[in-house]
Amino acid sequence: MSRLFPALLWLATGIALAFLLLPVAALFLRVAPADIMGALGSDVARDALVVTLETTLVAQALILLVGTPAAYLIATRRFRGRAVVITLIELPLVLPPAVAGIGLLAAFGRLGLLGSTLDAIGVSIAFTQLAVVLAVAFVAGPFYLRPAIAAFEGVSTDLRDAARTLGAGQWRTFSRVALPLAGGGLAAGAALSFARGIGEFGATIMFAGSLQGVTQTLSLAIYEQFDVDFDTAIAIGVELVAVSALLLLTVKLVPGWRRSTSLFPIGSAPSGSS
Amino acid sequence: MASLDVALSHRLRAFRLELRVEVAAETVALVGPSGAGKSSVLRAVAGLLTPDAGHVRLGNETWLDRASGVDVPAERRRVGLVFQDYALFPHLSVRGNVAFGSREPARVDDLLERFGIGGLAGVRPVALSGGERQRVALARALAREPGVLLLDEPLSALDAHTKATVRAELHELLGGLGLPTVLVTHDFEDAAALATRIGVLVEGRLLQVGTPEELVATPADPFVASFTGANLLPGSAAPGPDGLTEVTLDAGGVALSTDVARGRVALAVHPWEVSLARAATDDSAVNHVHATVLSIARLGNRARVRVGALSAEVTTASVERLGLAVGDPVVASFKATAARLLPM
Repeated sequence: MSRLFPALLWLATGIALAFLLLPVAALFLRVAPADIMGALGSDVARDALVVTLETTLVAQALILLVGTPAAYLIATRRFRGRAVVITLIELPLVLPPAVAGIGLLAAFGRLGLLGSTLDAIGVSIAFTQLAVVLAVAFVAGPFYLRPAIAAFEGVSTDLRDAARTLGAGQWRTFSRVALPLAGGGLAAGAALSFARGIGEFGATIMFAGSLQGVTQTLSLAIYEQFDVDFDTAIAIGVELVAVSALLLLTVKLVPGWRRSTSLFPIGSAPSGSS
Repeated sequence: MASLDVALSHRLRAFRLELRVEVAAETVALVGPSGAGKSSVLRAVAGLLTPDAGHVRLGNETWLDRASGVDVPAERRRVGLVFQDYALFPHLSVRGNVAFGSREPARVDDLLERFGIGGLAGVRPVALSGGERQRVALARALAREPGVLLLDEPLSALDAHTKATVRAELHELLGGLGLPTVLVTHDFEDAAALATRIGVLVEGRLLQVGTPEELVATPADPFVASFTGANLLPGSAAPGPDGLTEVTLDAGGVALSTDVARGRVALAVHPWEVSLARAATDDSAVNHVHATVLSIARLGNRARVRVGALSAEVTTASVERLGLAVGDPVVASFKATAARLLPM
């Protein structure tokens, strides 16, 4: 009896691991490396890579630029409705991507809430590269915001107070104390939201469509290619796996970031193995 | 030297903090139980808390005056605040911490040298001992050339062994600085060792302000007496023989005091005023309590002996000479002149 229980635990772990690794392994085993390189040279794959990098980097820059000060405010001030604000920020995390897509259309589309306003100033967002950026920022933003709030909350109030009594104004307190001390958590959050953004699919296809060279990202290209040319679809898949694995590895290996892994409230954190 | 003038009124969770204190070039300790509002006073002086009403002035500089709407932000008040757990910046070296508050590298070098932490300049706080951390925190607080020094429980983060050394160092430092200094502690002994005056703060109010000697000799209130470490025996007072006051103790027995009082009182007597004997002796002490020894705690050459409701402080040598052990019947005696009567 005493040996059966651990055996069951090991069995369950083995099944889980095999199940999670099999699809990834299949990607690599199905097509020869040389063919992968060839497929990646195709116009579709190259266009998709460029669109993905452009849109993800712009979206990520927007997330960091707006998200960092917002996270600092939410983490360091006590105001009425703070808990509601945090819950609202978390909402996109649990929102099905298709709902996010239709929501973005309803807000920014031609017939949407802001559609006529945007039309009046000659801006049309839906089905442009800007739409991809918005979709990615909407879906991936909370993946940065939530850990960023936790990271700033982790910086003791005393340290910020100490900085103030030592003559540092609010700006210097933020840049010299809060930012460096929260840096690990912020970087880990950024890596996570980047990973989420690069794989964005549902909201993008609804709000931005899948136009090659304009709005077709790597994920969308896989979806379109798998009817036409299965090997190219697989090659792009391998490319995405490589990028994601690299991100995960970065989060795991940069020492300062590891202690921040507990900052992920949604269980998506890589658990520290040390 | 400019003196600090503080008047505060601020609503805390369970009570209102009401306090007025002036600090010249001296050290004033605010002592009291946890949650009495001690730290709030320091935060209000430093500008980290804006009280409902009151003012904070250093000489002719006004840092806060609610009545006229003046509230100088923390970073522009010349205050050196040493936090309870020191709040050193973990991502900066010792030198980086001290330099955070000063633009003059020469002054930073000076302070590192003066506090004997020059050799640790490149070390991060995590690698420092408690005593070293405190020296870094003090050096950092002084780097800004403050007009006021505020110390929040400066000794509570230290173990008993380090504490004695650090307390002596701190005493010497405070004497040399000549800055108005406000120190907050829950330990009367620390306050007595470091401060020129002590204010006892309970539930937001100063019960008594005085020199350590005054507080010990003439406590204004049973709480102050117990805070200074005195035994408190509740009872009822009435005029007694020879012009003395007779106190019928709630715990049984009577005691005499030279203080004049009537009605409900707490009789306060300090442990070092209580002597112990195997049998009642015919000496000048008129108060004798017959009880058994409950505990004996030796602290170096002194021993604290618990006899019934009384705590007596005698030499360890006396304990050995009398051969005292837990459970022994003894007589605890104190003079009527050592018994303070405090109305309850």
